[in-house]
Amino acid sequence: MKVMHIVDSAYRATVEEQDDTTLWLTQVIAGAGAQVELLLRGNAVNYAVRGQRVEGLAIGAWRQTQPPRIERDIAALLARGVPVLALAEDLAQRGLKADALVAGVEPLRFGDLPARMQACARVWHW
Amino acid sequence: MTTTPTLLIDSRDPFASADGGFARELALALARADVPVTLFYVHNAVLGTRRGAKVKPHAELAGSGVTLLADAFSLAERGIDAQQLAAGVAAAPLDVVIDKLLAGWHVIWH
Amino acid sequence: MTTTRPSLNFVLMDAPLESARTTTAFRLLDIAARRGIPIKVFAYEGAVMLPYARQQPHANAVHGTSVEEENHFLPRTAVAALMETAQRQGGQLDWVNCGLCVDERGAGEPIAGVRRGSPVDFWQQATASLNTLVIATRD
Repeated sequence: MKVMHIVDSAYRATVEEQDDTTLWLTQVIAGAGAQVELLLRGNAVNYAVRGQRVEGLAIGAWRQTQPPRIERDIAALLARGVPVLALAEDLAQRGLKADALVAGVEPLRFGDLPARMQACARVWHW
Repeated sequence: MTTTPTLLIDSRDPFASADGGFARELALALARADVPVTLFYVHNAVLGTRRGAKVKPHAELAGSGVTLLADAFSLAERGIDAQQLAAGVAAAPLDVVIDKLLAGWHVIWH
Repeated sequence: MTTTRPSLNFVLMDAPLESARTTTAFRLLDIAARRGIPIKVFAYEGAVMLPYARQQPHANAVHGTSVEEENHFLPRTAVAALMETAQRQGGQLDWVNCGLCVDERGAGEPIAGVRRGSPVDFWQQATASLNTLVIATRD
């Protein structure tokens, strides 16, 4: 069963969770054999950007030692064979060109989205 | 390839949400690709269905073959009677969502 | 011969009493339960608090109502009511709380009938169900 995950929520609680929880879930189910592809849209297209840094939260004496590494997680999904798409119009709206993106992320034009959705048994919008 | 009809549940209001147009644009794109599509407004998204609301005309969607429904519960909650709905939009019970899930539609919450 | 009805699968993510999404999710589950449709719910992130057993009702001094009169909505009551309705109508509600989400939120005391799982359970629920609706949380 081929599934499309659409993600548009970006950087919501990622510092506290030390992950984007949808990218994390996607990695888990891909590891369990799910045939899934990830479409980033809206602000989530920024997840495909190289050079994202979280230096680690410090609250009082507590120091975060495992900050979120979204770029690593995008690369890990690609390495696992999960297609990672980013809506081209949303990239352009945010001034993002192809050379700013993690290698392997595939821009998808909005006009091609219906056909891509139709090729999936399920489409889940996170 | 068999076409899978799509129910888009739009929960984002068109006034406060900069992303309020995505469901609408996707509905149009699906309809133009000959995919049967229903756009079901819930929560503050129904605020855009009141006749006279300053939003993109629903008629364009309806004219393109998109079925436009608004959750009766959300409408009543906001004091919008069926008679006050913009042309092309009909009130509907939430059962529609369960019906489409059972019918195997793509059901997508936005 | 017993025929198993196909199930519907839902993902919820919102914490209690924070979003209309949860109210509508409960309304959807109620419709499915009343129809006797077997239901699977994967509660992710804040939604693991929905069946938390320690929720308590309260009075409303602004409206002058006592605890009993206010009869405040409690998500755990809704989950229990859905389980009961599903059972009575010949269906079932299988509610799975994401375990890591439970741990980080201290939500380890759910009402009876809720079980602990992981996204692997979600995937298994999804593949075993006729269809799945994801109701994700938002900023």
